[in-house]
Amino acid sequence: MSEWLIFLGIGCHAVSGVPGLFRRRDSDAGQKFAVVLGLIGSALGIVGAVGSLWQPPVANSVIKIDAISVIFLLPIFLIPALGGVYGLTYWKQAEHIHNGQKLRLFYGLVTAALAGVTIAANSILFLVAWEIMALSAFFLITTEDEDRMVSEAGWLYLVTTHTATLCLFALFALLRNVTGSFTLVALPDGLGAGLATAIFLLAVIGFGLKAGLMPLHVWLPGAHAMAPSHVSALMSGVLIKIGIYGLVRICSLLPHPPLWWGGLLLVAGTISGVLGVVFAIGQHDLKRLLAYHSVENIGIITMGLGLAMVGRSLHRADCVALGLAGALLHVWNHGLFKSVLFFSAGAVIHATHTCEIDRLGGLAKAMPRTALCFAIGAVAICGLPPLNGFVSELLIYLGLFRSIGIGHETGWAGSAFAPPALALIGALAVACFVKVFGGVFLGVARSEHARHVREADANMTGPMLVLVGCCLLIGLAPLLVAPLFEQGVYAWSPDLATGAVSLVMLAPLRWVSVAGLALIVLIVVAGVLLGLRLRHCGTASSGTWDCGYAAPTARMQYTSSSFAQMLVGCFVWVLRPRVHAPGEQPLFSRATQFRSHVPDIVLDGALRPSFRFGAKITSSFRFLQAGNIHAYLFYIVVFLILLLLWR
Amino acid sequence: MSHIIVHIVLILGLPPLLLGVIGKTKALFAGRVGPPLFQAYYDLAKLFRKGSVFSTTTTWVFRAGPIVGLVTALLAGMLVPLGNHSAPVSFSGDLILFAYLFALGRFFTASAALDTGSAFEGMGAAREVTFSCLAEPALFFGFLVLAKLSGSLSLTGMLDGPFPKGWGVAGASLVLVAASLFIVLLVENSRIPFDDPNTHLELTMIHEVMVLDHSGPSLGMILYGASVKLFVMGALLMRIVAPFESGNAWVDWGLFVAGMLALAMVIGVVESVMARFRLVFVPTFLVAACLLSAFGIVLLLR
Repeated sequence: MSEWLIFLGIGCHAVSGVPGLFRRRDSDAGQKFAVVLGLIGSALGIVGAVGSLWQPPVANSVIKIDAISVIFLLPIFLIPALGGVYGLTYWKQAEHIHNGQKLRLFYGLVTAALAGVTIAANSILFLVAWEIMALSAFFLITTEDEDRMVSEAGWLYLVTTHTATLCLFALFALLRNVTGSFTLVALPDGLGAGLATAIFLLAVIGFGLKAGLMPLHVWLPGAHAMAPSHVSALMSGVLIKIGIYGLVRICSLLPHPPLWWGGLLLVAGTISGVLGVVFAIGQHDLKRLLAYHSVENIGIITMGLGLAMVGRSLHRADCVALGLAGALLHVWNHGLFKSVLFFSAGAVIHATHTCEIDRLGGLAKAMPRTALCFAIGAVAICGLPPLNGFVSELLIYLGLFRSIGIGHETGWAGSAFAPPALALIGALAVACFVKVFGGVFLGVARSEHARHVREADANMTGPMLVLVGCCLLIGLAPLLVAPLFEQGVYAWSPDLATGAVSLVMLAPLRWVSVAGLALIVLIVVAGVLLGLRLRHCGTASSGTWDCGYAAPTARMQYTSSSFAQMLVGCFVWVLRPRVHAPGEQPLFSRATQFRSHVPDIVLDGALRPSFRFGAKITSSFRFLQAGNIHAYLFYIVVFLILLLLWR
Repeated sequence: MSHIIVHIVLILGLPPLLLGVIGKTKALFAGRVGPPLFQAYYDLAKLFRKGSVFSTTTTWVFRAGPIVGLVTALLAGMLVPLGNHSAPVSFSGDLILFAYLFALGRFFTASAALDTGSAFEGMGAAREVTFSCLAEPALFFGFLVLAKLSGSLSLTGMLDGPFPKGWGVAGASLVLVAASLFIVLLVENSRIPFDDPNTHLELTMIHEVMVLDHSGPSLGMILYGASVKLFVMGALLMRIVAPFESGNAWVDWGLFVAGMLALAMVIGVVESVMARFRLVFVPTFLVAACLLSAFGIVLLLR
């Protein structure tokens, strides 16, 4: 029964953009209809997904809906529907008559295809849904394809996503060979080590490309930065998670993983986490910066998954449970707070028409609700209490500590590097989000753009507030969602007997609630006391003191680039920033300027030069392909003769 | 129950005394009389009676900074065992909450500094968050050593179990961890040789330059919060370095207080005999602290 609700929800999303195609381009009716249809579809889908937990899991040769599917389905239904509402103001049809219809058509399709991937039990259906998702995402990224930067980001995405698809074809072909059917079932125990390793590595590369795992992340920063903000939220919040979904699924099918698989995922996750946030610190573009944080969070999720794999190799149910539940909960959490952040970044861009952090500043006064939502999202993404990011990182931390053999006989010393690395990621994230929050919302406006702004309307703040509410709910009452993630652990690890693990026993979820509430209550109490004290003693207002300087201007503020300068200096060996500084100046120097930017090390440092080199080498053979049909016939004859001789 | 009350009273009441002891020690070295031992209490009382001036550029974030900084330090104080007495709140995993509470405080104090729009405070905020990035891994390597030694994932369990016998089993690791935590303590609490809490106007300041614009009760909260942070991190370090137990619960409290005062004196001595390092060397020392405690865990896991 409940699976039909999910199918209906998917159907609603799939067709939501179609009616608008037959409306006039300057009328908003089609957009409103699409949003309502999306909301109905999401409501049906969420009811169906939650309802399916109370009935035996649907599993046949085409469709399989278990706890892992449900965990991924819920954000897939929630976030795009909210993004649609947000789009009512952000991408109003009447203001975008050339691309609004296209955007909504593919927005609905990508949502439906994402949901389709998570319920597919058959590799053909999986790949069909996967390709619809990948292609729709291409059209979403290139919404404004008249801009050269946008179409370039789009092509880069298309190349990477098809490299991923290529890996998946190979992966599913191998699976078909082993199991003898296209249905995705657990692989037999007697699988050869080489074959199993090949399947695992293909999954890591194929799904890692989609998820944006460093160094496979090359498409991600450009695509997220160039797409409209609600599309960026959808991509960062749910689309890249489908790569994690695939990796989680394939890992659960493989029997007896060797220890190094988990180790590989842990190392890959750590690299992705640390470098993702380090590159984020170097960015000046608000959305590009948020995109690199997706790379970071995918890294944290992969660390959790790696921990679960290590746990399986060591036969440690506690590590499996903490790692996988932490990873899956972080999938939710990142979807929630990253969507808040992209929505509020979109509100800023909508109000100021710029996403250069160093041109913004002081927006908290004119846009208090957006600033509050961004602040809460920022605290959450740094993994700080009392919000949801803390809960998932706590689970992963606990699992990592336990995996090196603390409080248990068997352990693996190899994961000892991971908890300090996670701490480093957290501290760097704090640095980065202080930089963004301070640069965009605090201080004084640095340009005319940022001076005359208005608060975003209810269409835009409403979805943000809903998501912030979800962040607070998970952060303060993790016990509410713990049973679902326990179900996910059982669905993932078939050798665990039901009831073998209990997240409540393994992690101090009650204490998390207590500490979160205590924190909020104490902050409120201290705030009230301070307010009373100030009312008693009196307050005055004046300009910022600034060490006695009488005429400070907005341009004297610390910019986000100066804020990041020391950290960029610490990581100069990997960031390799390009700095264009003015050289020595004559006595009365003319106007000069300073510029710096951090190019992507994989894309700009390795891929582009190697492709350029490859093009140079191969172009010397271009004379062979001169467009002369006689020459081509000659080649064929020569080739056939060679074949005959070879026989 | 009475011990919990003593714990809370000590966390709330004792921290400013440490500042007084540090000040007295430094005065002694300089051959001055120095401010009275209870000067920090007088300062706090004065600040809480004064009015405040708020910059017109600031928002709610500026007012929230000191509050969050103080509340997080006090809550972290509820998690840390004082001497031989376990903490009032203790659960498996509380060490992560302990570290992240300080991070939450840092997020808001640094944001509050940026809220003033002053280049000085931006500079301080940038340094504060940068140095913490390097201090955090050092702290976690230290936690790994303690957790591995004790088999526990709560601060109380970690610091109760292996001491003082842990010194016999893994003395080398503990020395490394203690040295690393001492560096972290000095950096995080803005002490010489990494930072100078006494001079506000120099461009090399870290923590002090962030709070230039705060005044009155807000400034009082910042001073108080900073002293609580010093006290809490000091308690952690002293439990490792001097795990003395007398057998009598009340004597243990006395031992703990004496230990904290001794730590304050050591900090005062360090501040007196050393000059401040150039700012560019601070990251180097923090990386060294990381490596020290990393060696500690390697020694244990070998």
